[in-house]
Amino acid sequence: MINEFLSFKSAYISEGFTIAGSKEKKGRLGELYDVTVEDDKCGEDTFEKGERNMFATAVKGLISKSNIKASDIGALVGGDLLNQIISATFAARELGLPFIGLYNACATYVESLIISSMLVDSKYQDRIVCFTGSHFSTAERQYRYPLELGVLRSPVSQWTATGVGSTLISSIDNQVAQITKGWVGKVVDYGVDDVNNMGAAMAPAAYETLLRIFKSTSTAPSDYDLILTGDLGKLGSSILRDMAKQEGYYLGDNYIDCGSLLYYDEQQVLQGGSGAACSPLVFNSYVLKGLKEKKFSKLLLIGTGALMSPISSFQGDTIPTIAHAVEVVAVQEAKK
Amino acid sequence: MIISILKAFLIGGAICAIAQVLINYTKLTNGKILVLFIIIGCLLETFGWYSKLIEFAGAGATIPISGFGAALTKGAIKATHDIGILGAVKGGLEATAFGIGTSILLGYFVALIAKPKTKKI
Repeated sequence: MINEFLSFKSAYISEGFTIAGSKEKKGRLGELYDVTVEDDKCGEDTFEKGERNMFATAVKGLISKSNIKASDIGALVGGDLLNQIISATFAARELGLPFIGLYNACATYVESLIISSMLVDSKYQDRIVCFTGSHFSTAERQYRYPLELGVLRSPVSQWTATGVGSTLISSIDNQVAQITKGWVGKVVDYGVDDVNNMGAAMAPAAYETLLRIFKSTSTAPSDYDLILTGDLGKLGSSILRDMAKQEGYYLGDNYIDCGSLLYYDEQQVLQGGSGAACSPLVFNSYVLKGLKEKKFSKLLLIGTGALMSPISSFQGDTIPTIAHAVEVVAVQEAKK
Repeated sequence: MIISILKAFLIGGAICAIAQVLINYTKLTNGKILVLFIIIGCLLETFGWYSKLIEFAGAGATIPISGFGAALTKGAIKATHDIGILGAVKGGLEATAFGIGTSILLGYFVALIAKPKTKKI
């Protein structure tokens, strides 16, 4: 049996928490984050330790914000962009909770939402915490150059967002919103090999998933209050608009790219934000607020990830990409 | 004095402008562009052309990384004249030893007193 998508009956999004860096604080959603840090090492002596500190803070903050105890959490599900996903793993060591580590680059957040929904919907656990994020200064040296190297950035490049978002997925705390459907992405490669141009590489993956969503549910872009992609950036999201238009799907003002939304143009981020922090930061602040205030009743969140490694790029490989998606429905809407 | 500063600015600026065009309009990464410029400097100096550029523009031609490539070739050719074919192996590094040694040494000292910071742009 092949299902076009996964259906969830009782996977609820009950609360979200965000911690972001100082550049993100100066961005469009700066007022909406729960915590922002001026020092992106978080008082630690390396950026990597600072990043894992943010991961731990995101979980602890979520626990106190949603008035639960750490022992109420069945498992932590999430990951980050560093080798061997050390940020999420080391934070999980500190938190002492069961941990499922994931890597799908910047699509990790939506991947973790899908897996958490499976876990709570199947009644294996009542509460799962998803947490993913990224950090400019650690990702920069993981994927590009040492921070000390003063080279100019390519105009098609994006800025890795610094921050972590965490979400409480529950089968019982059913007040805010519900994850009703999930689409697991296919690995797509249209042959882009420019490691500076992630948006162009990932747009086809987002397009394939978007097309599967509309075809499998017989819907159109106008059926959703909001369609979000993870971190295509300005160039990538305009490519996605063009590709969708050719199939007769017009993405209007209800389409937003999380990476493009994070920063103002004058913040010199070129094509906008990227990184595993984009979708969790936007979802757990702006989107969750909109869901609570009944501004949105039905939306799509499409996480986009570029799955190359520095080694595959050195060896001249093209960039494989993936896009996972979930349909999120406000609780009142779902009960109708 | 003003004229030589102007010449250095024009030639040095032109070399950097070529690199900027490569960053903007090709998929070459910064590392590859640096290596490309070293090789171009090496090749030009094989015929003594880069030396002529240095005579004209001074620091405008020696400071960009292509000047380092030219120095490698120049050293290799000179040492070959002095001690024969093995000089091709020895001469390049010998001629650039001062620059390489200084940057390694200064790199260590700077690492002792400065910490990496997040880029602003």
